[in-house]
Amino acid sequence: MPPMLDKLRKVAFRLLQAVPTVFGILVVCFLLTRALPGDPAAYFAGPMADAESIEEVRKTLGLDKPLLVQFITYVGDLAQGDLGMAVSTGQPVISELASRLPASLELTLGALVLSFMIAVPLGVLAATRPNTWVDHICRFLVTAGVSLPTFFTGLALMYVFYYLLGWAPAPMGRLDMMYLPPESVTGFLTIDAIIAGEWEILGAALAQLALPLITLALFTLAPIARMTRAAMLQTLGSDFVRTARAAGLSGHRVLITCAFRNALLPVVTTLGMVFSFVLGANVLVEKVFAWPGIGSFAVEALVVSDYAAVQGFVLSMALLFVALNLLIDVIYTLIDPRVGEEV
Amino acid sequence: MNRRDFLKGATSLSVGASVLPLFKILPASAASQETAVVVIGGTINSLDIHRSGTNRSSYQVAINCYDRLVSFGTKKMPDGSLSYDYNNVQPELAESWEISDDGTVMTFNIDKNATFWDGKPVTAHDVKWSLDRAVSLGGFPTVQMKAGRLSSPEQFEALDDHTFRITLPFPSKLALPDLATPIPIIINSQAAKAKATDDDPWATEYLHRNPAGSGAYKVARWDAGQQLVYERNDNWVGGEIPGYQRVIIREVPAQSTRRALIERGSVSASHNIPNKDAKELAAKPGVKVVSTPIENCIHSLCTNLEFEPFKDKRVRQAVAWSIPYQKIFEQAAYEQGVPMWGGTDTVDKIAWPQKSPYDLNIEKARALMAEAGYKDGFEVPLSFNLSHADWAEPAALLIQQGLADIRIKATIQKIPGANWRTVALVEKKLPLHLENFGGWLNTPDYYFYWAYIKGNLFNSYNYDNPEMAQLIDDTLDMAMDHPDYAANVKRMIELAFEDIPRIPLWQPTLNVAFKDSVEGYEYWFHRQMDIRVLEPA
Amino acid sequence: MTGMNTPASPKLQGPLRTSYWQHLCHVASENPVTGLAFGLFALIVGMALFGPYLVPFDPLDTGVGPALQAPSGAHWFGTDHLGRDVFSRVVVATRLDMLISVSAVAISFVLGSIMGCFAGYFGGWTDRITGRLMDTIMAFPLFVLAMGIVAAAGNTVENIVYATAIINLPFYARMARAEVSIRRNAGFVQAARLSGNSELRVLFGHIFPNTLPPMMVQISLNMGWAILNAAGLSFIGLGVQPPAPEWGIMVAEGANFIISGEWWLVIFPGMALMLAVFTFNLIGDGLRDLVDPQRRT
Repeated sequence: MPPMLDKLRKVAFRLLQAVPTVFGILVVCFLLTRALPGDPAAYFAGPMADAESIEEVRKTLGLDKPLLVQFITYVGDLAQGDLGMAVSTGQPVISELASRLPASLELTLGALVLSFMIAVPLGVLAATRPNTWVDHICRFLVTAGVSLPTFFTGLALMYVFYYLLGWAPAPMGRLDMMYLPPESVTGFLTIDAIIAGEWEILGAALAQLALPLITLALFTLAPIARMTRAAMLQTLGSDFVRTARAAGLSGHRVLITCAFRNALLPVVTTLGMVFSFVLGANVLVEKVFAWPGIGSFAVEALVVSDYAAVQGFVLSMALLFVALNLLIDVIYTLIDPRVGEEV
Repeated sequence: MNRRDFLKGATSLSVGASVLPLFKILPASAASQETAVVVIGGTINSLDIHRSGTNRSSYQVAINCYDRLVSFGTKKMPDGSLSYDYNNVQPELAESWEISDDGTVMTFNIDKNATFWDGKPVTAHDVKWSLDRAVSLGGFPTVQMKAGRLSSPEQFEALDDHTFRITLPFPSKLALPDLATPIPIIINSQAAKAKATDDDPWATEYLHRNPAGSGAYKVARWDAGQQLVYERNDNWVGGEIPGYQRVIIREVPAQSTRRALIERGSVSASHNIPNKDAKELAAKPGVKVVSTPIENCIHSLCTNLEFEPFKDKRVRQAVAWSIPYQKIFEQAAYEQGVPMWGGTDTVDKIAWPQKSPYDLNIEKARALMAEAGYKDGFEVPLSFNLSHADWAEPAALLIQQGLADIRIKATIQKIPGANWRTVALVEKKLPLHLENFGGWLNTPDYYFYWAYIKGNLFNSYNYDNPEMAQLIDDTLDMAMDHPDYAANVKRMIELAFEDIPRIPLWQPTLNVAFKDSVEGYEYWFHRQMDIRVLEPA
Repeated sequence: MTGMNTPASPKLQGPLRTSYWQHLCHVASENPVTGLAFGLFALIVGMALFGPYLVPFDPLDTGVGPALQAPSGAHWFGTDHLGRDVFSRVVVATRLDMLISVSAVAISFVLGSIMGCFAGYFGGWTDRITGRLMDTIMAFPLFVLAMGIVAAAGNTVENIVYATAIINLPFYARMARAEVSIRRNAGFVQAARLSGNSELRVLFGHIFPNTLPPMMVQISLNMGWAILNAAGLSFIGLGVQPPAPEWGIMVAEGANFIISGEWWLVIFPGMALMLAVFTFNLIGDGLRDLVDPQRRT
């Protein structure tokens, strides 16, 4: 079937296009870490080290070689799946990422789901009553959420719900110390707890998740609600909705079956951007709630110029995005014949 | 789920050979009687203190999981709290020792009952291997060993299974105390050697994750970046059996979160809390704060002698007369610490640190500036380490205002931690900066050695005075009861105050907050939590 | 990459019309929230311009009152840990914050539009290289990239501005490219070309003005982000150097005082920050009404 083949060709082309991006990311990532001020060798040699021991540490870290050699070594190691050692935590970067990525993703995805559940109905509500006080209040609320720095929201929530009221558990990571994490299958504590059937642990994990989740969700309400509203307005004004109305379908059915389903596609595609937004915000929220995710790891690594760790973090994040965007693009290419040449 | 599953957990680094009577869910009562939870701001990045790259927070593993030949005794501070006692060396693994008359040969008799966690007896061969390792691996351990005049494996000798001998090139008062620092730990050499490779003869990769010691606690679990769980070793012979069965060290990076945790009583202790929290928490019910002045440590303002105006002693003195010390002490230190200004004109004692003769006196400062030809002042950047922002930032802002009064225009520069070491301590090119060096070995000459000899790490201001260098060289290894000792130290202090490259602000404190139900805390020079002495009330 | 970055363009139209002003008044009266936003915007601009002359105390003076005093008649917003007047600091900070966000957005707008215009107009390699470059930037979580740049280049106000500009660049480049590429063969463009205008003149004289309306929306949204970005950098210690008053650093420092109960240190700069971001976001929405009432979101 030629059209199908053509689409596959386009998908392959799109995948190929990602190669220079990935290479660009490698270079930027490498140069950025090397541009970080400070001498990691001096830092990691410790407070009392003399010049000689600093030199030894520099050799161990491989920093005595020229930049180009370092880069080639880096890419070579990378090809073998070796991301190097994070000196600041003393673990291989790959195992750090493996253990921390699920923590961050659990938070990020959880926040997206929560925000989706709130923002989409708000957006629909606003779209059905444009320019009324309902619309204005919705707009006011979601904009207020995105106008506050996340670390501020996080600390304020913690102050009220943990410190003053005592409703939330102590903000010390993913699970209260009184519990042991369930057997790791997915790395997501909540899902692992369900798999293991440990309901008490599930409850504990959810309790720890609550505040950081709300903090992040507040921040992401706005883009999702706005997009939903815009898409809904557009579909509600379109011909097929008018036709459906004219055919005598009830207001509710038109709203749900025709308009909402059509409006959902652009909303889902914005998720890529919202995801980027949330992962950035994650860095700050993780710090506040002592969440053992990759964001907090990256901040610490950056402050001490831990090259391997920063590179590993940025690289994995970037690849995650490339993959996500590729996925969105590919799905689009497969669905829509008009898209494809555009990037 | 059983123990094996727990140890297999992908996110944890399991440590073999340890018994884990952990419940799936801890009963609340057991939680406080048997388990202590300590929160720290830093992160533990290795279980091996000798490894290159091991950070300060990780030293606690060397302290709690390993033994040394000797340790320090305990003394009571004026405020009733406990501190280690530098002048009282006590046995840890060595039950006794003799020092030859000329002071160069130290012979240690190792406790025959001492065993490593795996049941093997501790022998002099283990001691030999461990000290060889400390002087051979390079980096910080080697530097610290050198401070005690221990620099070569040839100095160490196992005479038989339980007798160990150290030979010094010359007698030094620093040798024995240096053996009580966290560095010269005794490692289970058989366990380690079994994991050594040709590339890694000292088993750094293995010991990095798997401590092999004889100490009071074993590591039951280490989730890097999150927590470390200590489990008591009931066969410990190095001291009294600790009060807690289990101690959990949790890493909580945000300072406000740590404060909320201790104030709400969710944790047993919060280590190294900021001065403001120390002052305020002390007044709250249910929490107690122990603040101990850190020995041999001064928060100082340093004037770099490479910077043209600071080449003139009078300008440095003018700076010292222009600082609003009292205000800094109130607003940066929250009055936690010991004032280091407004002392007598002449040096009449050798206690260190001691008050400098300087105080806020703008008239005097202006006169000195005019005398030096800088009546109209100059511009200078004032730098501090971002990691010390909690005290350094308010101090810097107040110093900036003081300097403005003598027409020195200071612009403030925050420098990130990684960069700090390089520009401040290695390249020594910051004209004016805040610094907080403290020496582990508690003698004034040791402090002066690091801070007042040209080229040494903490002389970040390029101070160079032949008389000072000579005095330090003469005094560093001299016994403290030597007739020249007091006079030499006195002269060093006089020079330090006269030349004033390093302007003392105050002696800081190490603040630790505890739940009322935790007793026994003791201050140590290494500023890490020694959990061995903690006990439930 | 996503629908939000390249909203469909309004109907093809000539250069900006003067009737926009009337439309603006109409929209403001129609939509009270937007009206409020423009009022707030005027207040913020006023504070940035005249703030330093109006405040009761020197924002840098550590001696104006006892430290950590709750709000009172003398110090409306209380005093901070060094005894500085929080009200004065909040007001004076407006200027620096506006400076950061305006210059960051201006840089990314100018550079991004130029790159996007060329890419969209000439296509081919120009387009491909720009596209890949923007993809590379977009592939990083934006805040993390800003963090890296400021950490690498040193934390000065200029570097914060550059970092913020770089992370916003792709939004403008993509938008300009999309807007230009759909117009490059439009009737009025062909007409301009036939009447002897050079390519650059056609591009910047005839096509570019049409991309401005959707760009305006992006600008106002980005102004808000820029401030939040600077605040986030301050929280991890990479922000503006002390003692300069800046909302982000005040919130970041004040956040440490929430638990100890000195709420005024964080609430007031936080409110100012929120108000500013809020205003820019609402203005963005309002401008969208002006540009394209159909697509109002």
